[in-house]
Amino acid sequence: MRILLAPLLAALAATPAAAQLRVDINSGIAQPLPIAVPAFPAANDAATDAGTPAELGARIAAVIAADLKSSGLFRPLDPAAFTTVVGVADTVRPQFDAWRTVAAQALVTGTVSANPDGGITLACYGYDVFAGQELARQGFVTTAAGWRRAAHKCADLVYSRLTGESGYFDSRIVYVSETGARTKRIKRLAVMDQDGANHRFLTAGQALVLTPRFAPNQQTITYMSFEANRPRVWLYTLGSGRQAAIGEFAGMSFAPRFSPDGTTLVFSMSVGGNTDVYKLNLASRALTRLTTQPGIDTSPSFSPDGSRIVFESDRGGSQQLYVMAADGSGQNRVSFGEGRSASPVWSPRGDLIAFTRIGGGRFGIGVMRPDGSGERLLTNGYQDEGATWSPNGRVILFQRTMRGGRTDLRSVDVSGQNERQVPTPLDGSDPAWSPLLP
Amino acid sequence: MKGLLMSKRLILPLLIAATVSACATKTKDLPPQPVSEAAPPPATPTAPADSGGMAAPEPVGNSNVPGSYADFVAQSGSDKILFEYDSYELDEEDRAVLGKQAEWLARYPALKVTIEGHADERGTREYNLALGDRRATAAKNFLAAQGVATSRLSVISYGKERPAVEGADEAALAQNRRAVTVIAGAR
Repeated sequence: MRILLAPLLAALAATPAAAQLRVDINSGIAQPLPIAVPAFPAANDAATDAGTPAELGARIAAVIAADLKSSGLFRPLDPAAFTTVVGVADTVRPQFDAWRTVAAQALVTGTVSANPDGGITLACYGYDVFAGQELARQGFVTTAAGWRRAAHKCADLVYSRLTGESGYFDSRIVYVSETGARTKRIKRLAVMDQDGANHRFLTAGQALVLTPRFAPNQQTITYMSFEANRPRVWLYTLGSGRQAAIGEFAGMSFAPRFSPDGTTLVFSMSVGGNTDVYKLNLASRALTRLTTQPGIDTSPSFSPDGSRIVFESDRGGSQQLYVMAADGSGQNRVSFGEGRSASPVWSPRGDLIAFTRIGGGRFGIGVMRPDGSGERLLTNGYQDEGATWSPNGRVILFQRTMRGGRTDLRSVDVSGQNERQVPTPLDGSDPAWSPLLP
Repeated sequence: MKGLLMSKRLILPLLIAATVSACATKTKDLPPQPVSEAAPPPATPTAPADSGGMAAPEPVGNSNVPGSYADFVAQSGSDKILFEYDSYELDEEDRAVLGKQAEWLARYPALKVTIEGHADERGTREYNLALGDRRATAAKNFLAAQGVATSRLSVISYGKERPAVEGADEAALAQNRRAVTVIAGAR
């Protein structure tokens, strides 16, 4: 099912001139910005399959508030803390004085209306309360069932206008859902919205599955499966549910990722005890070996422009990060920190590489520039690994395994702040964040 | 349906024999493994074709059925070898066990072998898949050097996904860093 979110540029005029209010996301957030997100009023009262516009208006406001809060940059006011009732007219002419008295610095408001075709239109407005100025406005038309995505789009609009970065709330996560004893763990692919909503299992659990990752178009997932006791790389098509192995190879294939243009898979293959990095052109099925060193070369990840690949290798004696050109030439070690560095993943912004740092009996998530400089550790756990980037490169999702126990998904801001647990129905591992949805 | 029933009839006595003997046989210094741990979960019912090399087993007194999995474990000392942390080197003890496995395999040339490589949980997921492959391949290469035809030997790595025992203490981790020799058709 595809959801259309057509911007209503005609109905809602262009964004006015720049205002002063801005959230600085680079200098550690001591004080999240107080922001009011009152229930969105209904512009009409026709019912939809998902509820009345008034009901949807309350739910949409709650989703927007939760999105903004999860970033750690905003502090949505408790609805109980204000008595201001927002009418339709207030969405274009807000009662700024009332919002100033409850110390809201920004306001997100808008209207919800039911459309004759059963869909809805969400009009979304962001305001700078103290300046009394509009910051952003956009309209979204969607199916009634797509109301959450419209809410995420609205949250992304406000986040983007206030931080200067693109948003990331209208996105999804694919991960491995885990249950059962560790000696016979059942693992299933599952997808959910970035905020945990719309959770859905993709595989039934008969075959062990690992390391799912989205294609750039979000319609395909590549992963590793032990189906029929033949561990290799597979593709899952979300629309049809079709699952297919990418081919017959000499040895185990694993650790797959798409190239940024979606035409190529890069992965590892083990032949005769030697693990190297390969790439496969999905159209021509041409297989190219990119590394030839004896040793373990694995966890390849493309730079966002597709020109380079970061991977890990133990060719120097222990796991370290290396960068090479996309054709395999010019392989250079970039990690020189303490301990081992593993499982690199290139930020979609291109500015950083996230990785797993192993040392001192601990596993943590770190970031470094692609040349290895500016290394910073963001987390420190018994076993943190499996980093994946938010579409805007501001947040890292990873898995944390507790000693001898459970494993769950966590997120942390690239600043190292705002570490949060991401709730999943069962244990979770191997998260991968989708690009921003269209 | 009929074929399934027939193969069940053939396998059941073998399973019982294996259970009894595994309980009776203590393997060196390692704690005895429950049979369900030692034998991997059967992916498919044993194909009748595989039992060709070991048809008509004749139990001899109290000992294991020749050619059975229990017989293999008893004669070899163990179906598994253990590794140091992040190592795939075979020590003297490993080579002794593998040598006996090779001797046993020489007596049953129709049987095929899968060597499962495993890692403990203290490594990243993808590296551990490659490490398990290294361990299984080290065992495979040793068996091949002892004369077992490579056409009979295959490897599979489970990385850290299938520990033998729960727990995160060193004793548990040591049990999980292993390569297990699994005999197709002899459970």
